[in-house]
Amino acid sequence: MAIAIAVIVLALGSILFFFFSPWSLTPLASNWGAIDDTIHITLWVTGAVFVAVNLFLAYVIIRYRYHKQRRSHYEPENKKLEAWLTGLTTIGIAGLLAPGLLVWGSFVSPPEEAHEVEVVGQQWHWSFRFPGEDGRFGAVHNRHISDDNPFGMIDDPAGQDDVLVESPRLVLPVDRPVRMVLRSKDVLHNFKVANFRAKMDMLPGQTSYFWFTPTEVGEYEIVCAQLCGIAHFAMRGRVEVVEEEAFEEWLAGQPTHAELAAREPPDPQAGEGHYATCAACHGREGQGNPDLNAPKLAGLEGWYLERQLELFRNGARGTHDDDTFGQQMRPFAASLPDRQAVTDIAAYIEALPDEPVEASLTGNAERGARLYRTCGSCHGNEGQGIRATNAPRLAGMPDWYLARQLQNFREGVRGRHSEDPYGNQMVDMAQMLVNEQAVDDVVAYIMTLPRAGQVLAAVNPSGEEE
Amino acid sequence: MAEHGQESASYAAAGDLEEMELVHPRTFIGKYIWSQDAKVIAIQYGLTAMAIGLVALVLSILMRLQLGFPGVFSLIDPSSYLQYVSMHGMIMVVYLLTALFLGGFGNYLIPLMCGTRDMAFPYLNMLSFWFYLVSVLILVAGFFVPGGATGAGWTLYPPQAISPGTPGADGGVLLMFVSLIVFIAGFTMGGLNYIVTVLQARAQGMTLMRLPLTIWGIFMATVMALLAFPALLVAVLMMMCDMLLGTSFFMPEMLTLGEQSAHEGGSPLLFQHLFWFFGHPEVYIVALPAFGIVSDILATHARKNIFGYRMMVWAIIIIGVLSFVVWAHHMFVSGMNPYFGFLFATTTLIIAVPTAIKVYNWVLTLWKGNIHLTVPMLFAIGFIFTFVNGGLSGLFLGNVTVDVPLADTYFVVGHFHMVMAVAPVLVVFGAIYHWYPKITGRMLDDTLGKIHFWVTFLGAYAIFYPMHFLGFAGVPRRYYAYGETGYIADSVQALNAFISVAAIIVALTQLIFFFNLVWSYYRGRESGPNPWQATTLEWQTAHTPPRHGNFGERLPVVYRWAYDYGVPGAKQDYLPQNMPPEEVEAASDDAEADGEVRP
Repeated sequence: MAIAIAVIVLALGSILFFFFSPWSLTPLASNWGAIDDTIHITLWVTGAVFVAVNLFLAYVIIRYRYHKQRRSHYEPENKKLEAWLTGLTTIGIAGLLAPGLLVWGSFVSPPEEAHEVEVVGQQWHWSFRFPGEDGRFGAVHNRHISDDNPFGMIDDPAGQDDVLVESPRLVLPVDRPVRMVLRSKDVLHNFKVANFRAKMDMLPGQTSYFWFTPTEVGEYEIVCAQLCGIAHFAMRGRVEVVEEEAFEEWLAGQPTHAELAAREPPDPQAGEGHYATCAACHGREGQGNPDLNAPKLAGLEGWYLERQLELFRNGARGTHDDDTFGQQMRPFAASLPDRQAVTDIAAYIEALPDEPVEASLTGNAERGARLYRTCGSCHGNEGQGIRATNAPRLAGMPDWYLARQLQNFREGVRGRHSEDPYGNQMVDMAQMLVNEQAVDDVVAYIMTLPRAGQVLAAVNPSGEEE
Repeated sequence: MAEHGQESASYAAAGDLEEMELVHPRTFIGKYIWSQDAKVIAIQYGLTAMAIGLVALVLSILMRLQLGFPGVFSLIDPSSYLQYVSMHGMIMVVYLLTALFLGGFGNYLIPLMCGTRDMAFPYLNMLSFWFYLVSVLILVAGFFVPGGATGAGWTLYPPQAISPGTPGADGGVLLMFVSLIVFIAGFTMGGLNYIVTVLQARAQGMTLMRLPLTIWGIFMATVMALLAFPALLVAVLMMMCDMLLGTSFFMPEMLTLGEQSAHEGGSPLLFQHLFWFFGHPEVYIVALPAFGIVSDILATHARKNIFGYRMMVWAIIIIGVLSFVVWAHHMFVSGMNPYFGFLFATTTLIIAVPTAIKVYNWVLTLWKGNIHLTVPMLFAIGFIFTFVNGGLSGLFLGNVTVDVPLADTYFVVGHFHMVMAVAPVLVVFGAIYHWYPKITGRMLDDTLGKIHFWVTFLGAYAIFYPMHFLGFAGVPRRYYAYGETGYIADSVQALNAFISVAAIIVALTQLIFFFNLVWSYYRGRESGPNPWQATTLEWQTAHTPPRHGNFGERLPVVYRWAYDYGVPGAKQDYLPQNMPPEEVEAASDDAEADGEVRP
C-alpha cells in the first residue's frame, strides 16, 4: 500500500515541483522562442503520460493487492488493447517529433541577411573575428597560430580587413540575425549563452555553425559547455547585445588584421623615460621592494605588464575597496599618457636583468606541489608562464606578492571586474585553495621552481629553442 | 499455455549431458577459484562488479561533496574532480552494470533458465571472468600511476583525452585503454558463450517463444554487446596509435598548451561516431537485461502471466536493432553536419514506441493480478516509476531541437542516471532479493530489505529529479565549481547541497544491503527450493543451491511457457515449465484458489 501512495505522491509531487520550482528556463533573449515552444509541448505531453501511467499503476497496486481468495486473471494477450496502445503512442510520438523537426529545419538554415562572427575557442579563452568590410573572412589555419598570430591568419587579401577581438567580450547588434562560425585551436569547446538557447560544439580542424537573432539588449554570460580540461568551469566570456549604432562604434574601435600587423614596435628607450616614476617604489632594476609593497617587475613578460597597466589605467584593477595597494598603483598607471607609453614601458621592463628572490614565507612545498598541478596547466609546469594561455610567469616572483594576489583572487578583491576576464578566471581557479595554508603551500612550491632562464637551459642544453 | 510453442522440439540440446558425464571439481580451487561452473563464475563476476561499483560509488560521493560544498575539501582540486567524474562513469556503465547483468546474472540464469547443465564452453567462460578481473585491476591501477587516472570524461573524447594538460593524459588514460581492450576480449569470450548456450543448449521443449523474458533480455543484450564493443575497441586502438605512434586518426592540426602539436588531418568527430555507435547500444545492453528480469519479477510476484509476451519479445528485438541507428542523437550539438539531426531524431523517437509498449505491458501484467508486495516486487515497481520518468525525459533529449538548450546540462545528468543508473540498479537489487534464496538457500531479511528499498528509491529520486530543473536553468555539467555565474541563481547552490546530502544518505544505506547479504548467508531463514512459487526452471532444481550440473540426474523437459500463473481450469496457482500436462489437476467447481504463496 505504501508503495501505491508513494507512487501517487511522487507523480503528483513531481508535477507540483515543476510549477513551484524556482529553477526554470533563463529569460529568452533570442529569436528561438520556437525552441522553448518545443520544450513546453514536450513537457505537457510527457507530463500527462507520466501522471496517467503512474496513477494507473498506483490504482492497479491498490485494486489488485494480494488477497487470499483472489486468483489472477489469465489473459496472455489482448490484441485489440495492444494495437490501440501502440497506435496512440505512435501518434503521440509523431506529435512530438513533427514540431521538433520543423524547428530544426529553420535551425540549420541561417537567413541570407545574417552577418557573420567567428568564435575561436582555446583552453580556456574565447576570441572573436569579424569579416570586415568585404564581408569575407580571410583564410586561417591552426598551423599558422603563434604568439604573434593568435588567429592563425594566412596571407590572404580577404583577411586584411578582418576585425580581430582578442578579449573574451563580444558585442552584437540587437535584432540582426548572426551566423556564428565556430572553430577551436586545441580541444573541443562549446559556445553557450543560456539565454540564446542555441549552442554548438567547436572543434579543431573544422568549423561548425549555428545562428540566432539577439532580441534583448543586455549583457549575457558565455560559458563553455563541452568538457575541455581542468579549467573548463572557468572558461567564461561575455556577450553584450547593443543597439546597431553602438555596435558599429564598438566594431570600428577594434583593430583589423592589417592594423595590428602595421603597429609600431615598442620603443624601450622611450619606456626608460617613463620608468623613472616607477623606479621609486619598484626599484631601479625592477627588483621590487617588499617594505613598500611594490612587487618585483623584472622577469615578467611584456604582454602581461602591458595588460595589467591597462587594467589599472581603465579601473578594472585597483578599484576594489579592499585592494589598498592596488589603489596606490592606479594613479601612477593613469599618469601614463597613452597606449604607446604603456607598450614602451612594458618593453623596457621586460629587458631588465632578472635577479633571484629570497623566500619569506613558510609553506609546505610538498603539499603545494599537488595543488600546483592545476596551476601548471596554464602557467606551465615550471611556472615559466605561457602566453597562449594568457598566464604570466610565476617562477622567480616574490612569494609575499604571489600569496597576497592569490588571497585577493580568492576573496574577489582582484579579478572580479567585468573588464578583467583573465582575472575572473583566476578568481574561479583560486577557489580550489581552501584556506591560507593552501595558499602558502602552493607559493612555497612555486619558490622551489627553477627560474625561467635556467629552465630552458636545463631542458634544452644546446639552446636551439629560442 | 497451449498456443505458445506447441510443436515439440525435435532437437537434442547440446548441453544435454547425462549427470555421470560431467567431471566434477574436487578441490577448493577447482570449485571456487578456477571454477568452470557458470554459477560460481556468476558469483565471481557479481562480487567483483559490486566491489568496483563501490569504488565508483565513493567517487560519486566525492563529486557530490565538491558540488554541494565547494571550497571546503582541499583534497578535491579541479583535476581530481574530473578524474572522479570520468572513472565513476566508466566504472558504473561498463565494469559494474554490463559485467553484473551479463557476466553475473547471465552466467547464473542462462543455463538454469534454459534447462541445461552449464554454458556451452565452460573453460572459455572461466577465462572470460579472469580477463574481466584483470581489466578491473588495470583500471584501478590508473589511480596510482603518476598523474593519476584519466580525467577526460567517461566518453574519452579526443583531442582532450590524450592532450597534455588533461589529468591522466600521461599514463592514466593509457591504462584505461588497455583495461577496456582486456575487458572487451574477456566479454567476447563470455558473450559468444551466452549466445551459443541460449541457441543450442536449451532443454527439450524449451522453444525460443517459451523462454523467460530474462533470457530474452540477456540474450539480445549480448548480441548487441558483441556488435557494439568492437566499435569501442577500434576507437580505443586508434586513439592509442595517435598517442603512441604519432598517427592522426582523431587528431587534427592543433595546439597543446600553446605549442603546435605534431598531428595533422585527423577528425575528433570520427571518434565520437565510433564511441556512440558503441555507447548508445550500451545503454540498451544495460537496459534490456533489466527489462527482462523485471518482467519475470512482476509476473512471479503478481501471480500473473506476463501481458503480451510476444509483443514483449518483439519489443526487445526491435529495440536492440533500432538502438544501432540512433547513436548520433548524442551528437546533435557536436558540430557534425546538422542535417543528420533530422534522421537521428526520427529514429530515436521511433524507439520510444516499443519502449512504451514494454511499460504498458508491465503495468498490464500487474492489472488483474494478485500482487504480493514482496521486496523484489517493491523494487520492480520502483523500477517502473523511475523508468517511466527517465524514458519520458529521453523524449526531450532525443528530439533534436529540444536537445539544443538541454545538451551538456544537468538535465542530461538527471536523465541518464534515472534511465540507465537508478532504474537498472533497482532491478539489480530486486533480482538479488528474488534469486538470493536460490543462490544461497536462504532468504534475505525482509525488514532490512524494505528499509533498503525505501531509502534507495525515494533518495535516488530526490537526487536526480531536481537535476532536470538545473538543466532547464542552463547549469552546465562537468563543472568543478560554479563561482559567480550571472544567470545561475544562488538557490542552485542550496539545491546542490540538498542533492549531496541525499546522495550521502543513499550511499550509506547500501551498507545495510551489504550487511543483509552477509548476515542472511549465515542466519537467513531457509528458503526451500521455490519460495516464490515460480514457474521457471531454475526454481525446479533437485538441490538448492543447485549443484554442479544444475539439475541432478535428469534434465528437465519443458511443456509450457514461463508464465502459467492462475491458469483457468488448473487447480494449481502456477504450473512450472517442466510440469507434465498429466500432473496438472483440474480445478474443483467452487474454484477455491490456492492463493497462499508465503509459507
